[in-house]
Amino acid sequence: MFKHIVVAVLLSLWIANVSQAAPKIEHWKTSNGLSVYYVSAPSLPMLDMELVFAGGSVRDGAKSGVSLLTAALLNKGADGLTADQVAEAFEDVGATFSASSNMERSSISLRTVTFVEEMESALQTWLKVVGKPEFPEQDFKRTKKQALIGLQAQKQKPGSIAEKAFYKALYGDHPYGVSGSGTEATINAMTVPDLKAYYQQYYVAKNGMLAMVGAIDRKQAEVLAERVSKVLKVGTKAAAVPEVKPLTQSKTVRVDFPSSQSHVYIGQIGNKRGDADYYSLYLGNHVLGGGGFTSRLMKEVRVKRGLSYSVYSYFMPQGQLGPYILGLQTKNKNLDEAIKVAREVLIDFVEKGPSDEEIKQSKQSITGGFPLRTASNANIISYISMIGFYGLSLNYLEEFSPKIEKLSREQVVDAFKRRVQPDKMVTIVVGGKKKS
Amino acid sequence: MILTSISNRVNKYFWLSVLSIFLLPISTSLAQIKTLDVADKTLDNGLKILVLEDSRAPVAVVQLWYRVGTSYEHEGITGLSHALEHLMFKGTKSRASGEFEKILAVNGARNNAFTSQDYTAYYEVLASDRLDVAMSLEADRMRNLVLDEKEFKKEIEVVKEERRWRTDDKPKSLTREQFNAVAFMNSPYRAPVIGWMVDLETMTIDDLRDWYKKWYSPDNATLVVVGDVKKDEVFAMAEKYFGAIKKTPLPIVKLRTEVVQKGVRKLLVKAPAKLPYLRMGFKTPGVINAEKKWEPYALEVLSNILGGSNSSRVTKRLVRGKGIAASAGSYYNGFGRLPDLFILSGTPSKGTTLDQLQSELIAQIKDLQTHLVSEKELKRVKAQVVASEVYERDSIENLASILGSFESVGIGYKEVDNYLPAILSVTTEQVMAVAKKYLVEDQLTIAHLQPQALVVETVTENKKSKSATTVAKTGGSK
Repeated sequence: MFKHIVVAVLLSLWIANVSQAAPKIEHWKTSNGLSVYYVSAPSLPMLDMELVFAGGSVRDGAKSGVSLLTAALLNKGADGLTADQVAEAFEDVGATFSASSNMERSSISLRTVTFVEEMESALQTWLKVVGKPEFPEQDFKRTKKQALIGLQAQKQKPGSIAEKAFYKALYGDHPYGVSGSGTEATINAMTVPDLKAYYQQYYVAKNGMLAMVGAIDRKQAEVLAERVSKVLKVGTKAAAVPEVKPLTQSKTVRVDFPSSQSHVYIGQIGNKRGDADYYSLYLGNHVLGGGGFTSRLMKEVRVKRGLSYSVYSYFMPQGQLGPYILGLQTKNKNLDEAIKVAREVLIDFVEKGPSDEEIKQSKQSITGGFPLRTASNANIISYISMIGFYGLSLNYLEEFSPKIEKLSREQVVDAFKRRVQPDKMVTIVVGGKKKS
Repeated sequence: MILTSISNRVNKYFWLSVLSIFLLPISTSLAQIKTLDVADKTLDNGLKILVLEDSRAPVAVVQLWYRVGTSYEHEGITGLSHALEHLMFKGTKSRASGEFEKILAVNGARNNAFTSQDYTAYYEVLASDRLDVAMSLEADRMRNLVLDEKEFKKEIEVVKEERRWRTDDKPKSLTREQFNAVAFMNSPYRAPVIGWMVDLETMTIDDLRDWYKKWYSPDNATLVVVGDVKKDEVFAMAEKYFGAIKKTPLPIVKLRTEVVQKGVRKLLVKAPAKLPYLRMGFKTPGVINAEKKWEPYALEVLSNILGGSNSSRVTKRLVRGKGIAASAGSYYNGFGRLPDLFILSGTPSKGTTLDQLQSELIAQIKDLQTHLVSEKELKRVKAQVVASEVYERDSIENLASILGSFESVGIGYKEVDNYLPAILSVTTEQVMAVAKKYLVEDQLTIAHLQPQALVVETVTENKKSKSATTVAKTGGSK
């Protein structure tokens, strides 16, 4: 929040994947069908809430960027309050509001203290924003302009250009390949009715779930969930995201950009939430490129050769097959060497797999560090949102470590051989010509 | 440069006498906030230990803070503290390079380090029953680091890549870096934490050895432990691992007080970019040197009223109201080792020039100098501060960072206790007074980032079709 000192600090290591733990998750449905996931956290007088809908950019259709604009407009006028009044109403009681849209999720969040009057005031404002957004024309026009500026900002960052190109090359016409920020053309053509239509179709009880973590008891949580669901239309569940087809051949996209470093993304289709290979791939990738300084990519690319500050790989499971991404940045002159080393590490790993020792160490690292993943309310709510949204087991957090624990080296080798094809990958390079 | 938010205080007690900060009566509610209880102890060798017990989860964070950073460096050796931080992961007399990471990994720890202008800190977050693992490793590298030339030669390349990634290829970061070098003439805050590229190129292993020997002494460090621990056990463990380390004489830190600015400074930065960017900074005192103790807190409140949040003036009037800024904000750093700046920055919206945005921001300052802020605005800021007081306790790392930074910059961790009452006692008159006294043109530095043409060319190649196709070529910006 605001009154924070901003201190310039440099982290010496790159943190690729951060993560989860084992609080008790309670689940029920409200009278009109909103799914609720709740964790009691009585120690601090605060409450976090997140309302999540099956929305996101995958459901933008031809109106690319509509989900993002819809989220951005929610607090710009609701139930008779102007954007300024909404901002003041939250901040008068120290509450923080946010709304976001990613690939396939649209969310609305609130953090408030649980002192009776402040909480009630924050909730009332939040419910207005959730249930009665007005999408005022004036605010819409301004937000559109900001979205266009946002597109320009992406164009001056080689990393953003590379990321966009990666998704496009990997997914083609599948909605996962379309950037949620839209294009100049789609943003310019967008209208308020487009946003209202998106809101009315997807921000509905049967298409959503509510996550709550904080110092309220079960009874309060139930009453609160009912209040939230009452401001939503019942609606219907959104259609599932279409299946993803894997790449059949390798593909390289090179973007010449006047930067001193080249940004590299290499990857393919990965896995999905609830995937049978989820744990094998997670454990294997920890050895390959997800385990920070002990990972093979980090050792070979950074530690042994000094080629990149950050180098990593990760699976990003979605409702359908999400991407598997390997990334690094290196000065233009070292580009070929960096790609060569990274690919050799990848190919060798897929062919031979991790050693028994590596498996053992990664298991210890993942399971030993598991309590860190749910140490804060902020950590917990992001887990239960994910668990609820993808309909994973309520015991997901308890089961995680045991499932990792009982995997064998052979299972990991087998999963990587079946799921990772280094000869059919997308390679994106955005950077300067190799002179210096 | 990564800008990591570290909220600036923790307080032991809630000042229940100042309750009318909310719009609604909440006297019963405030009592729900548990008090924080920081314990401290100093070992015979001068190592100071701060412990905060928090048993919400069975985890703990260990942070070891050294009082050395860019502001201890001088021209020609900038970036030395940060480069040494990187080398601190490269092995000790008894542990080979890489072993450190391996030990922490198999213990499920998450670890890293950070360097700022005023400090270098190392941390481990781990299950609280493995606290001794972190302690023994930190104690080992406080004294037994092996600074190997071969490791250095590879790692300095990593640091240069980090510099390219953080600064050289980012037009806004580049502007910020050059802005600091103009705003400050002789204060060490003029130099970038990562160091100038030429200094990285000429740095030697001997520079690092010298730096390590000079500053990595127990009496120049603070050990902060927050989490599911018992303070007496932490003190005993610290004694066990660090107690035998002898302190070494510390260099004298020269004052290097910034010369008085004699008029507005302006700079223009040209870089390949799509968007212009404005940065303005006024020289301001910090808690460390304020003539009047309330002034930094009044500046903190002023910054929040002006540009700190979604209901602040700049957002309301310039981003939403007039629509002339795509984004704009302000921040004040009053909690460093040396006095710093009050910053205003922003990106104009399409059709607005940097000059226009600049004069609109100046007009907002004039307003603060000539009209009292409303009681409602003041109350709102205070309400947010109280709520933040609760929120920041959600993260043990955040709590540890607040304690460690206050202690390391020389303000002292006990001043953390003073943050809330100091903010709550700021008046509208005081906000006007600091606006008049410090946000004055002669103390101002202004940077404009002027975007230069950015030519981009895309080539796509499929494996089977060898012929490369030029898909797009776009040039020009603005």
